[in-house]
Amino acid sequence: MELFNSLWGALPSELQYLVWTLVKIVAIVLPLMLIVAYYTYAERKIIGYMQVRIGPNRVGPKGWLQPIADAVKLMFKEIVLPTKANKLLFVIAPAITLGPALAAWAVFPFDEELVLADINAGLLYILALTSVGVYGVIIAGWASNSKYAFLGALRSAAQIVSYEIAMGFALVGVLVAAGSLNLGDIVKAQQGGLFSWFWLPLLPLFGVYLISGVAETNRAPFDVAEGESEIVAGFHVEYSGMVFAVFFLAEYANMILISALTALMFMGGWLSPFHGWPLLGPLFDWVPGFFWLVIKTAFFMFLFLWFRATFPRYRYDQIMRLGWKVFIPITIVWIAVVGLAVVYQMPWWFD
Amino acid sequence: MKVLRNYLKSLFLLELFRGLSVTGRYLFRKKFTVMYPEEKAPVSPRFRGLHALRRYPNGEERCIACKLCEATCPALAITIEAEPREDGSRRTTRYDIDLFKCIYCGYCQEACPVDAIVETRIYEYHFENRGENIMTKEKLLAVGDKHEAQIAADIEAQAKYR
Repeated sequence: MELFNSLWGALPSELQYLVWTLVKIVAIVLPLMLIVAYYTYAERKIIGYMQVRIGPNRVGPKGWLQPIADAVKLMFKEIVLPTKANKLLFVIAPAITLGPALAAWAVFPFDEELVLADINAGLLYILALTSVGVYGVIIAGWASNSKYAFLGALRSAAQIVSYEIAMGFALVGVLVAAGSLNLGDIVKAQQGGLFSWFWLPLLPLFGVYLISGVAETNRAPFDVAEGESEIVAGFHVEYSGMVFAVFFLAEYANMILISALTALMFMGGWLSPFHGWPLLGPLFDWVPGFFWLVIKTAFFMFLFLWFRATFPRYRYDQIMRLGWKVFIPITIVWIAVVGLAVVYQMPWWFD
Repeated sequence: MKVLRNYLKSLFLLELFRGLSVTGRYLFRKKFTVMYPEEKAPVSPRFRGLHALRRYPNGEERCIACKLCEATCPALAITIEAEPREDGSRRTTRYDIDLFKCIYCGYCQEACPVDAIVETRIYEYHFENRGENIMTKEKLLAVGDKHEAQIAADIEAQAKYR
């Protein structure tokens, strides 16, 4: 310990800062990867339960080692490069999808002061990064030199571009209501109990954001980019082994990110749902905020799986119709409503 | 009016929420899964699994090489060669069933006038080497000898429906 302290002190302060930041990044990414692994397990279990079967239960007690076994299997599999594929882009594409999904966590406040980079344009940063993720899908589809992959990439490009707008508008509503782009300030603007969170005054935007989030992550019922029944596996048909695993990781990391962001922006992030209530408020005030955040995020993560177990895939033109002709008008109207409410300081939420 | 109602219905996702409530209820239903190697699903006495050749209680093999099974087999999976035995009775010298060709239709069992060839309720078997898929006469008789009690009981159980 003594030795460690003296070594640490000997480092220049810039290097100290760098090492310290790297440690923080690892502290975020490692648990995230673990959650992704067990999210796949939860998905198989929950969908199994909804289909009146029990899901994986053979590897380890109750199947708890199943994700580990899957990961090991994928690691040992061959990475097949299609003959005429663009090799560099083919290998780089999964990294492009995974990178933003992880990088977005940098500005995510886990608790009042618990945030890696407390920047003022946090919401903008998140919007920018989630948009970059689609390039991975498009590049993967193009670099595979396969018709199915290309079709998948085209579909997902069109879909994500359409839903990005609705999602962006929904977030504009949030930032109008909160008056800040900083994610921590957005949560602080929701101070109070369950009913002072933004989900209630921004209910239509909340719905639009959640559904667009499902569409953004290419999850059922908006998974036309994969569309097993029509275009095999869409943009990742040609991927195998570890590069496929990275796509998989990115998809689940994105789902977790969207769930966490929904919890943050509409469900009051780390705030206690009973805060300020006469009896329950003081009873639950000792609970750490991180715990509330985890519960809310887990709920939205469960919703993703629930949707997948329930809804059949949308037809492609219906997806486009929903995005352009339903969501965008709803969000625009509601932004105007929120704007008026903020300007005239409507009681309860904006006074 | 109806248009408006349908519009509101789809706008508020009413049908989708109903769908969610259905799957939500199924989440807590009792599961049907049979834990296969430990538990097994019940098997009908008419189950058509692995074949067997039977014997009479005195140890004499039943098959008289009439070749009706060979003739009726739609997959041409059965090959029979026959010769008179030393005591002059007609018996097979070769009785092969190719399990890769067999479609487990049970016609051989239906055709057999002496209940010699039967399909048992055995469904757990596998081949590890080429050629093991051919059930020779010895193998068929061995299966029959081993499971005679079960086979007899199964035939007895269906007898009154025939």
